Amino acid sequence: MRRLSLALTFLLSLLCGPGFAQSGPVQTALQAHAEQIADPSRRTIQPVLDDLAASGAAGMPRFLEAWADKRALRRDSDGLFFLGERDGDSYPLLSVEDGSAVGTALRDDITELKPNAGVRRLIATALVQFQLNDPDPDRRLAALDALTRNPTPDLLAPLRASIENEENRTIRARKEALDRLITIRFGTDPARRIEAIEWMAARISLEARAALNNVLTTDTIVGPAPDGANVARVLTPGEDIPEADALALLAEAGLEVATVSRAARDAALVDAIDGGRIAGRPIATLDTEAARWDAYDALAEAGTVPPRPAETAIAELLAATPILAVYDEPDPAVTAAAETALAEIEARVARAEAADLALDALSLASIYFLAAIGLAITFGVMGVINMAHGEFIMIGAYTGYVVQSIVPDYTLSLVVALPLAFVVAGAAGVALERLVIRHLAHRPLETLLATFGISIMLQQIFKNIFGTQAVPLTSPDWLAGAWVLNDVVGISYIRIAIFVLAAIFLAVLVYILRRTRLGLEVRAVTQNPGMAASLGVDPDKVGMATFALGSGIAGVAGVAIGLFAQVTSEMGSAYIVQSFMTVVVGGVGSVFGTLAGAGMIGGLQKGIEWLNPSNTLAAQTYMILFIILFIQVRPRGIVPQKGRFAA
Amino acid sequence: MSVESLDIAPRARRPLAARTDVIAMMLGLATLTVCVTLLAQMGLVSVSFVKLLGKTLCLCLAALALDLVWGFTGILSLGHFAFFGIGGYAIGMWLMWDRTEAIVAASLAQSTLPPTPFEIREAIGTQIFGVVGTSEIPWLWAYAGSLPLQLAFAVLVPGLIAGIFGWLAFRSRVAGVYLSILTQAGTLALSLWLFQNDSGLRGNNGLSGLQNIPGLTDVPQSVISIWFLWASAIALALSYLGASWTVSGRFGSVLRGIRDNEARVRFLGYEVEHYKLAVFTGTAMLCGLAGALYYPQAGIVNPAEIAPIASIYLVVWVAIGGRGRLYGAVIGAAVVSLASSWFTGGGAPDIELGFYTIKWTDWWLVLLGLSFVLVTLYAPKGLGGLVDIYTHKRARRREDLGPDQGSLRGEEEQP
Repeated sequence: MRRLSLALTFLLSLLCGPGFAQSGPVQTALQAHAEQIADPSRRTIQPVLDDLAASGAAGMPRFLEAWADKRALRRDSDGLFFLGERDGDSYPLLSVEDGSAVGTALRDDITELKPNAGVRRLIATALVQFQLNDPDPDRRLAALDALTRNPTPDLLAPLRASIENEENRTIRARKEALDRLITIRFGTDPARRIEAIEWMAARISLEARAALNNVLTTDTIVGPAPDGANVARVLTPGEDIPEADALALLAEAGLEVATVSRAARDAALVDAIDGGRIAGRPIATLDTEAARWDAYDALAEAGTVPPRPAETAIAELLAATPILAVYDEPDPAVTAAAETALAEIEARVARAEAADLALDALSLASIYFLAAIGLAITFGVMGVINMAHGEFIMIGAYTGYVVQSIVPDYTLSLVVALPLAFVVAGAAGVALERLVIRHLAHRPLETLLATFGISIMLQQIFKNIFGTQAVPLTSPDWLAGAWVLNDVVGISYIRIAIFVLAAIFLAVLVYILRRTRLGLEVRAVTQNPGMAASLGVDPDKVGMATFALGSGIAGVAGVAIGLFAQVTSEMGSAYIVQSFMTVVVGGVGSVFGTLAGAGMIGGLQKGIEWLNPSNTLAAQTYMILFIILFIQVRPRGIVPQKGRFAA
Repeated sequence: MSVESLDIAPRARRPLAARTDVIAMMLGLATLTVCVTLLAQMGLVSVSFVKLLGKTLCLCLAALALDLVWGFTGILSLGHFAFFGIGGYAIGMWLMWDRTEAIVAASLAQSTLPPTPFEIREAIGTQIFGVVGTSEIPWLWAYAGSLPLQLAFAVLVPGLIAGIFGWLAFRSRVAGVYLSILTQAGTLALSLWLFQNDSGLRGNNGLSGLQNIPGLTDVPQSVISIWFLWASAIALALSYLGASWTVSGRFGSVLRGIRDNEARVRFLGYEVEHYKLAVFTGTAMLCGLAGALYYPQAGIVNPAEIAPIASIYLVVWVAIGGRGRLYGAVIGAAVVSLASSWFTGGGAPDIELGFYTIKWTDWWLVLLGLSFVLVTLYAPKGLGGLVDIYTHKRARRREDLGPDQGSLRGEEEQP
């Protein structure tokens, strides 16, 4: 009866007034399934959606979207569908054809369409095929993203259809890739799947690897292999699969060997206690494993407990029953193609990882270079070890922190902090040189000790001022991201910045040392202080200048290190040993020696970490041991020093 | 220059019993131990104070060893405290194993069947290595159940490591600051390795509960602490006698010669490397012994104890005490480490400056660093130099000599 009245209203509305204007391809298609649309169920809606999609009406995507968003309405009086949201007591109605306003309706006359989550998901899937052809590239990309996240076989056809008309090359490439991914996973035609797999072999992305791994999933079963099973390989117990797991599998397959665990044995023995004896043996004698098994075997012979199988029985059973890994994918041609493709990809991934490792090593080397170069200069020129060098790094980092708490803009504060850190740390260096090191000339061990004292003091003073907690040194936004080449190779901008900084300092130092008067004097003092002094160079002044320069660079390095590592009063001590290693390995007093040393230590550390990725602590241990051995071979470093100290 | 002063025949060794510092040291140690024992009997000093004194004596022993290698031979080792720690680990392994074995055996004895060796091992493994997520017993612990072997390891392992390291370093003529840096790097490597969980020595948890001596569970800590005080004092006394005897003879002269001018000693035909290696290895073993006595009193040993900074503090003690004289090292270690416990333990009163309160727990390290710098700059003889003032020893040159500024020529050496 209600149906009849609805039909009547519908007819009426077709005939009279505004309702007539609502008639169009979308409304017609909707009205064909009006009841199911008004009250959809996840099980029955799919044919309706297919039908709606097939209608090809231009406004259909808009309606589906609104429907999924719960913005679709139905007017009770005539059963027509509209778009719109409630506004007070009335609903402004929008046409399902083109979204134009077509009047308002009272609240009582409107039913909001509220499909449940399951239906909404189906609607969204149906929408994707429209979105794939949407004129707006962003929406096409969004559809592709949705599809990548949740690929379904149904969308393969619309996806393929949409490739033809795609004009945007990037999107077309993505569509093609996605087409292959879905083909590999859900395709029915083996030839087509193999073709897609072979195409994947040239890729490196995580998705490609995931798709191929998906094809290659295996199940472990107890042999012999059933007919048509696509056997990947035979698993050897004890090698490919733990023996206990193998036995458990056999037990599942009904081939149980009644092994007796130690706990079960002991329980059986305790149960069998009879007047302080077990199977005739005094309890006190059962204090070895052999004695206990012996007692158990005696019980088994008496028939009170199940006998334990001979050790050979287990081995025989394992040997007699093959345990197989079987591909879930039945077609051997497909799995073979996928294995080959995956091997190819993995070879490429390995090469990319090597490149990534090289980038990592390079960035680590530039950090070590920055931390060590100041030390190399002072050590080379004055022959003194400055154990407080690490604390100059710390001073630089804290300078950056203080500047940042005064200047809120991160970029500006960095611009201020870098030169300021140079000045502050340089001044501290000069003070140290004037107050302590000058008085200990030609007593290198004493210098080492005195600067140790300074280092202990500075650390504690900074701890007292700034607290034991690490303070933040935030990098500006433009340094936050990473430069990603592909899914394997990537490097953060901050590390690139440090690399650039190290390169700048290398260039500046080489220029100063080779092209300026100061550089000439520094080189002269390095090679022969006495001769340089007799020729009018003041070694004292040169020493002070190099100390200022070396300490200043440490301060700048501190700002750079603070941007990615924690700024604490102990951060300097983390770098001091590495810095000395760099200087000693590279060769004292040479800029390029330090560069080589930093490169070697950085590369070595990353290399060892790569060999043993779980353990960075062990990597440092091995690296230090290697350096100790390296010093045996080249006691004067990679680039040996020329001149007076080189004896 | 008189003819006598060119006499190259070695002078007769002065008997140890005639040396003031030896006598004073022996008397001092005897007085200390006897007094503390009596006071402890009367209940006037706490167990923790007795332990502090015992530990301090062990640190003095380590300082004595460092003085031999640095003050007398001129090798600035920044790694001798690592040997101290290794000694502690070696004895700690036995302490932990044996005690765990006793506990495990007691708990397994509750069960109906007598425990098998396999069960006991399994339970010990779970007990000791549970904290690092395994129950397997690492190969390092193969002899942990044997006290004589672990005691031997406490001395031999440091000796072996020092021997290999020293042989490599001295053979390739690594000396001076290079050697210092290398010893520091080696120490860092060792402590980083110990920090890992799969090193087999319980990672950063270290070994704990070492104050409980297996087999002596009925003896109260107050008695055990006295025993360890005596043991530490005896070890220090014997080592002091041995060190005094060594440095007063020809061997000691060669060591000082190496310190003052290595090339000359080599040209005189001495195998400098052998002397250096002997001293380096011997003092490492002495440090191992000191550590083996220290850690049962401390109760816990962990990788942080071995970190490079610990070895640096050892150097600071010797420097402040006055290197190149044995009593200097002992005095320095005693004074500085006791002062350190006093200041950091909250014993020292805060200083009110009106605008700022100096809390010694925060500022003690600054004071220590500053005094270290000042000692290095202005008083290379350290606290030991005060003895010179007391005995009115005149400076034999216009400028007073530090231990690193060359030895005196024969004519100057005449009294």
